[in-house]
Amino acid sequence: MTLFAYMSPTQLFVVLSAIKIVAVFSVVMAAVAYAVLAERKISAFIQDRHGPNRVGPFGVLQPVADGVKSFLKEDFTPAHVRKAYFWLAPMITMIPSLLVLAVIPFGSQIPLGAQLGNVKMVIADLNVGILYTFGIVSLGVYGIVLAGYASNSKYPFLGGIRSSAQLISYEIAMGMSVVPVFLIVGDLNLGRVISFQAGHGWLIVYAPVSFVIFLIAGFAETNRLPFDLPESEQELVAGYNTEYSSMKFALFFMGEYANMIAVSGMMVTLFLGGWTLPLAGLDKPAASIGLGLIHIAIFAGKVAALVGLFIWVRWMWPRFRYDQLMDLGWRRLLPLALANIVLTAVILWLAGAVA
Amino acid sequence: MKVADYQLSQYLPVLILGIVAVAFAAGTLLLSVLVGKRGRDSRIKDTAYECGMLPVGAGGTRLSVKFYLVAMLFILFDIEVVFLYPWAVIFRSEAGREPGVILGSMIGFMLILFIGYLYALKKGAFDWKH
Repeated sequence: MTLFAYMSPTQLFVVLSAIKIVAVFSVVMAAVAYAVLAERKISAFIQDRHGPNRVGPFGVLQPVADGVKSFLKEDFTPAHVRKAYFWLAPMITMIPSLLVLAVIPFGSQIPLGAQLGNVKMVIADLNVGILYTFGIVSLGVYGIVLAGYASNSKYPFLGGIRSSAQLISYEIAMGMSVVPVFLIVGDLNLGRVISFQAGHGWLIVYAPVSFVIFLIAGFAETNRLPFDLPESEQELVAGYNTEYSSMKFALFFMGEYANMIAVSGMMVTLFLGGWTLPLAGLDKPAASIGLGLIHIAIFAGKVAALVGLFIWVRWMWPRFRYDQLMDLGWRRLLPLALANIVLTAVILWLAGAVA
Repeated sequence: MKVADYQLSQYLPVLILGIVAVAFAAGTLLLSVLVGKRGRDSRIKDTAYECGMLPVGAGGTRLSVKFYLVAMLFILFDIEVVFLYPWAVIFRSEAGREPGVILGSMIGFMLILFIGYLYALKKGAFDWKH
């Protein structure tokens, strides 16, 4: 604490931000590793198998073993690929899924005394929060397209093309589904979206249609079953990452899970009240360090529940056909999202006119 | 927290996170190159994977023109979404002052785009059955 006394406000801001970033980054990476384990355990449970249980008690060290194995595998670049793009693609897939985390408020605040003040539990408190998110999420498409193109091979090419069409189709539905949320809240800042929910109740109650569209589009955006067309193994072997091996493949894999966590975090923030719980006064910004940590735990719990939903759905539902996927995105979700916007606006306008 | 009040300095943490993310992605790839096993190259190992068959023709095959249509329609509707955001944000504060105008103008805007959507629908742009 004494060290902080010698710092200018700017330095303090940078140091606190750096601490938050490192903390969030390590927690999310650990969460990615254990989401993979959870996926394997839950799939085993659903299919009446044991799942990984050899490395450590109940297989809890399995992610470590997987990580070490990925590093030690031969880092192989086939001769027929376009080398620079081939190396760039896994990085471009991984980076946006991490950048999205910047605007998600993962807790209320932690009061750290008079000198440091109340430290907000969000990496970057941007006033254009949701626009930033959609801007970054769009970048994820490039990684997949580039992987398909760089592989210079038929299955990855088809997988990449399919995936890009799918991602951009559902991005529209996703972008439109959140407009009613901002009609109701009147702010793009995610912190204020949460404080609105603390005062008025969760937005899933006000905008249930939005939530459903966002959920479906979230599954499609993260390439999860029932929308994992880009890597439908019966048709395309593994889609865009067919030619990838070792850590380059692992980056795609981690990117998928990091995306899943980021989308869950967005859903919790936009519709499920973020770090708030409507009981025991847990919906006000924390006044003590302990309370601040409880808020973070509440947020983590909600995200974990949604990630569990993602995994559960994957092992319960069959895959869509490509024409069904496009049909759902363009012919059902898009008009539904438009109607949802108009209806919400009209209701709000009428309510305003009456009041 | 005076610094955080300036518009641009809000993006400083985003920049730091970006550096961390790039360093992580590049670092793992680099480490994998350094500690990974070295294997022997062979001609058959370097061929494209097609379930054991020898690849025929070029890697990039011809693809349906539908994908281009989807990309074009995406740009059209995505820009519409971007226009909707500022409108949504000010809707409640302005709806009282300008009764009907703020609602009517946006419904008109969306109606024009919806006619375009119906046109694309009738032309079969969303028809993926064949």
